[in-house]
Amino acid sequence: MGVEICVEGLTKSFGHQVIWQDVSLTLPAGEVSVMLGPSGTGKSVFLKTLVGLLKPERGSIRIAGQDITALREHDLYEVRKLFGVLFQDGALFGSMNLYDNIAFPLREHTRKPESEIRRIVLEKMDMVGLIGAEDKLPGEISGGMRKRAGLARALVLDPEIILFDEPDSGLDPVRVAYLNQLIVDLNAQIDATFLIVTHDIASARQVPDNIGLLFRRELVMFGPREQLLTSEEPVVRQFLNGRMQGPIGMAEEKDAAQVEQELAQLGEAEDPAAPGIPDLTPRLLPTKGIERPPRWEAIAERESLRQVRASARGKAGHA
Amino acid sequence: MSLSPTGALRQSGSLFAMGLDVLRTIPKRPFQLREFIQQAWFVASVTILPTALVSIPFGAVIALQIGSLTRQLGAQSFSGAASVLAVLREASPIVTALLIAGAGGTAICADLGARKIREEIDAMQVLGIDPIHRLVVPRVLATMLVAVLLNGLVSVVGVAGGYFFNVVLQNGTPGAYLASFTTLAQLSDLWAAELKALVFGAIAAIVASYKGLTAKGGPKGVGDAVNQSVVITFMLLFVTNFVMTAVYFQIVPQRG
Repeated sequence: MGVEICVEGLTKSFGHQVIWQDVSLTLPAGEVSVMLGPSGTGKSVFLKTLVGLLKPERGSIRIAGQDITALREHDLYEVRKLFGVLFQDGALFGSMNLYDNIAFPLREHTRKPESEIRRIVLEKMDMVGLIGAEDKLPGEISGGMRKRAGLARALVLDPEIILFDEPDSGLDPVRVAYLNQLIVDLNAQIDATFLIVTHDIASARQVPDNIGLLFRRELVMFGPREQLLTSEEPVVRQFLNGRMQGPIGMAEEKDAAQVEQELAQLGEAEDPAAPGIPDLTPRLLPTKGIERPPRWEAIAERESLRQVRASARGKAGHA
Repeated sequence: MSLSPTGALRQSGSLFAMGLDVLRTIPKRPFQLREFIQQAWFVASVTILPTALVSIPFGAVIALQIGSLTRQLGAQSFSGAASVLAVLREASPIVTALLIAGAGGTAICADLGARKIREEIDAMQVLGIDPIHRLVVPRVLATMLVAVLLNGLVSVVGVAGGYFFNVVLQNGTPGAYLASFTTLAQLSDLWAAELKALVFGAIAAIVASYKGLTAKGGPKGVGDAVNQSVVITFMLLFVTNFVMTAVYFQIVPQRG
């Protein structure tokens, strides 16, 4: 079972530049959460702060009853064994082949015999579809393969919490779809707490239980997927719809008057039939063959109910 | 490196802090024997040949200088004594240090810096592995070992070079040269030189590791880190050398 992460009043700055302040949220145990935000809003910094690589100025992060902002370096290494982190480029060790990379945490932290290590490594490599590439060096493979290898390495110690730093950046849409499916399948199988940092809206609409949005040095909103997808908050709507009209500008933010004018124009232009019925993207469900835990059973049931209702509404509209 | 005074202070503070961390982590088990052997082999392989090639002309220059000086003073019988003293006490630890920093330190700094900017170090920390324990300590110990061994090599090659130039090129008497070996130099000079080499090796490796692990800003950052690590190491080495020499003269009675 995953572990709950409870963040309270977190503030981080580099020198005089505040990255974000007063961020409070709870990542529920075993659920998938997505942290969204325009580029440069400190999403990756947030992720690194969660694992204690960066120290926040204020606030606390409670994981399994411990405040990791107050831990000493030595204890921090113990807590980090709960984590699996997928870095942007996989962060594989360039001097080792894929097999040794994935076996590395097992060799360092456990006293398992080599045959047992081999079994676990091959199982994880099979899970991410890398069988046959054991002897390749990280420099010899594509970015997508590096990401999957990084994921396999993050998984070998059976983590309670898995953090993904932009799993979809630099991948083609098909690979992103596969990766999203893999994330959902993994969640159903190992039941860990997931946090995905990204700015890919399509994934954010399909994959998570919860969505958070960082903008203008603060957490604009964090809550269940449905709440954010149907939210009227201008920043949230603009970002989730990926449009230019709204408070987010090319260079960080716009002034209030311009935003109002743009939104008014947009309101006139919008199709009068569309508003009122927010379009909820169907959720991505675990692959058929995978045994679903009760949590995913409930989600699947809710999803099929919603689809039945949506199609009924569609028929009513036609008639 | 920032130019503000607090920036420089902070840099030296964190460098010192890392030195302490290394010291504290050395006894931590399990000792990374494999990494230690690999690194010792690596540092030795990049330094042995250049060190030998540098120490021959170094010994020769000292022999030439001293040779002409002693002839003017009419003290040819002391030229062996003086050149051994110069090579053993000063030349060999300094040559060792320059080559350890220039060849070994830069390689360590570039390696760790490249790992840092590829997020490998972060990944390692997240996997619950302390990079100081896993990477830095074996490198520091390996560099210290190689520095001590290299110092021996430089002493031998330097003295042999000096002998060759004095006897063959300046028509010195072999017997006088060899006989005067121990008139000024003593065994404690050798120990002091080895101790210096040990400390220089540690400084070079710690500075290189520190600069490598704090590299940032992409490939250019790694280049800058290597550059700074060499400059900082050289400055620290010469200061340390001065202090150690001064202390040595105070606590060990001199001959002659």
